[in-house]
Amino acid sequence: KPVFGFVFSSHLCLSSLIITLSDLECDYINARACCSKLNKWVIPEMIGQCLSTMLMLVSMHWFIFLLNFPVAVWNIYRYVKVPMGNMGVFDPTEIHNRGQLKSHMKESMIKLGYHLLCFFIYLYR
Amino acid sequence: MWWQPFPNLSQLSAALGGLSGVPELEVETLRPVNLVQERNLLPPGPWSRTFRCTLTSIPQTQALLNKARLPLGLLLHPFRDLQQLPVITSNTIVRCRTCRTYINPFVTFLDQRRWKCNLCYRVNDVPDEFMYNPVTRSYGEPHRRPEVQNSTVEFIASSDYMLRPPQPAVYLFVLDVSHNAVESGYLKYFCDSLLENLDKLPGNGRCRVGFLTFDSTIHFYNLQNGLSQPQMLVVSDIHDVFIPSHDNLMVNLKESKELVKELLAALPSMFAHTRESQSALGPALQAAFKLMTPTGGRVSVFQTQLPTLGAGLLQSREDPNQRSSTKAVQHLGPATDFYKKLALDCSGQQIGVDLFLLSSQYSDLSSLACMSKFSAGSVFYYPSFHHVHNPAQLEKFQRDLERYLTRKIGFEAVMRIRCTKGLSIHTFHGNLFVRSTDMLSLANVNPDSAFAVQMSIEDSLADSSLACFQAALLYTSSKGKRRIRVHTLCLPVVTQLSEVYAGADVQAITCLLANMAIDRSVSSGLPDARDALVNAVVDLVGAYRTSVSNLQQNGLVLPSAMRLFPLYILALLKQKALRTGTSTRLDERVFAMCQFKTEPLPQLMRLMHPDLYRLDTISDQGALHLNDVIVPQPQLLHLSSERLSRDGTFLLDCGSVLFVWVGRACSDVFLRDVLGVHDYASLPPSMNHIPELDTPLSERIRAFLDWLQENRAFSCPLHVIRYFRLPTTHYVIRFLSSPYIKQTNKNIVSFNQSSVVHRL
Repeated sequence: KPVFGFVFSSHLCLSSLIITLSDLECDYINARACCSKLNKWVIPEMIGQCLSTMLMLVSMHWFIFLLNFPVAVWNIYRYVKVPMGNMGVFDPTEIHNRGQLKSHMKESMIKLGYHLLCFFIYLYR
Repeated sequence: MWWQPFPNLSQLSAALGGLSGVPELEVETLRPVNLVQERNLLPPGPWSRTFRCTLTSIPQTQALLNKARLPLGLLLHPFRDLQQLPVITSNTIVRCRTCRTYINPFVTFLDQRRWKCNLCYRVNDVPDEFMYNPVTRSYGEPHRRPEVQNSTVEFIASSDYMLRPPQPAVYLFVLDVSHNAVESGYLKYFCDSLLENLDKLPGNGRCRVGFLTFDSTIHFYNLQNGLSQPQMLVVSDIHDVFIPSHDNLMVNLKESKELVKELLAALPSMFAHTRESQSALGPALQAAFKLMTPTGGRVSVFQTQLPTLGAGLLQSREDPNQRSSTKAVQHLGPATDFYKKLALDCSGQQIGVDLFLLSSQYSDLSSLACMSKFSAGSVFYYPSFHHVHNPAQLEKFQRDLERYLTRKIGFEAVMRIRCTKGLSIHTFHGNLFVRSTDMLSLANVNPDSAFAVQMSIEDSLADSSLACFQAALLYTSSKGKRRIRVHTLCLPVVTQLSEVYAGADVQAITCLLANMAIDRSVSSGLPDARDALVNAVVDLVGAYRTSVSNLQQNGLVLPSAMRLFPLYILALLKQKALRTGTSTRLDERVFAMCQFKTEPLPQLMRLMHPDLYRLDTISDQGALHLNDVIVPQPQLLHLSSERLSRDGTFLLDCGSVLFVWVGRACSDVFLRDVLGVHDYASLPPSMNHIPELDTPLSERIRAFLDWLQENRAFSCPLHVIRYFRLPTTHYVIRFLSSPYIKQTNKNIVSFNQSSVVHRL
């Protein structure tokens, strides 16, 4: 099932995101390096998510499609909402301000949990 | 404990009165104030000017802080010009082993050999060298050493604190020479000012300078010692900027001084007939970055229009019809990330970029200011600058330049703010780059920039009765010496809501809220930010009402320490940065926002809520004696038009301008002795100086005015105005309609009562 492949790759995506963010928290890398790494993954993640959602739609797995749809929409919303002067979704000047680091971590954890849920649903179908 | 600084809280508050400027908690401050009845409200003070906290009694838990509905934060001015600064010359810098806090007056010595850190509570050993006190030449009394007796000290940093040998002072001036720039005429005044102050530029024999001019091409100047005259090198490929010559463009000031002087004398006339109207600012900045990368230093950019060519070009985004809109103001954020990226690159190479914007049209300051915001630079704005048509701006430019060129500077600096275990800092305000969770990267530090931080209480502070904060600024002085300036603040921890209110610092709270509102207006819109400010007042009133439940009176009741809070918030809402409904140019609004983020607290308070003094009844009572001069200290008056009377002369200190208003029935003695005129009618329509007359009254007034000017970084113009004389009308209108001199008290009460009644 190609679906498995997608879910697995998005898992890897997210884990690397979480690891990079926690590196930043512990000062192993600096803000600019961290943000450029993370920004590189934003578009592939978005595209991967949308593709897998489309696949669900096409193969008529309605329940799984409904599960994935909000995540895809949220990714697109996050990408579009970046203010003009910012250097991508992860901006090195903002990442340490206003608890953004924590909120990004939380977001990644939630997505990871979500994907795990989907993974188990595929497994038992 | 063998030696504890403050065995009980009352001793702490008494001692803090001297050490960190927190006034003793008086019973008076616990009394609630009903704003409908009390009319005579004066600001509290005096406070520390270096390090202030919004709540001088820290609540023990986050729940208590939330109940109080007040923000918790620090406002600091770490590199402020100080009259006395103890410099520690010893080789060992004693620091806590876990949290790396510097030893400070608020640690506890368990016995002669061990000390307990006041931030992480770890017990450390006292090194042998520390036992000897060089000041008193005695042994065995570590608690008498200067590091433990002063809350602000400066250490001389050893080579452990250097990533590279300390850099020399390097200054690069990037000058716009397009047609627009020549029209405005700033170049001549800049060159004159720099020529005058060339010897006063902070630095030693290693100091270097360079010049770069640009219009649609970039011009470099070879000032190598030995040349007969400065040589200009033009680079016209602005899409791939390269440096034509590596060693001769940034030259040693001492060696090439004659050439530099020649260049400055020749520059204004070199471009006098230019027809170039384009401005390639982005490429010029890229060139500047390349020039400065090896050493770091300061870049001063002078720009007079929108950059129209090359990388970082900007469009005109402002819609003049939207200037008085009451809806959200558009385009408060940058249009491109070019300047932000450039600033981050510069910050990484220890280059600070300062911007002087002297434009008459919209120049997208919100994008341009980014170059200074993240490289710890400063922004100066002169709207409608013209050397002939706008003499006021010209004078301001000259004064500001003089201060800018001669003030102290620190290079390749980092700052760390540490707090007691349980407190954590989550947001930073000011021109800086947050490199990691608590390390702030400041490519340049200057004595006129301040910062603010917001904190939250992660864990309960039940372990200790004191909360301490330490700001450590590691920098390279202009003479190439590595120094660490350490400020420590210690505040009591309280468990009662009433004590939290009694210790609230209303001015610090207002400024922190201003910073937060500006961030909010950029991210979610101006009306949102304004509502949030009003809600801050409403929430406080509501919280106080529920907490002090024995109040049954009607009216607007506030804790005594916060009595001026509604007035300050109202004044804040009328500032250019946050006002709606009045025509405000976008650049001016953005600059006002930048000012709020970087100006020190006393200056911001004067901008928002000017000081009012009466001059004709000035006396020697309570005067200061400084250097054989008697400086009178007239009483601060309640800021209301009720206090103005026609038989007096009043001074309104607005921070950036001073108004002396002469009443129509002012005494002839005063007019003659101070202003040098026979009667009221012969006062000239525009008078900008108090004449130097030989009368005691004139001496006192001038001493007082000079003292006011010295207490601020940039001296401000003075205007003497009187009643309804046509040429001065615009000043009179400004004075009388300034947001403050109205029946402000009544305004506040009705404004807030309606919102309070509406919301509660």
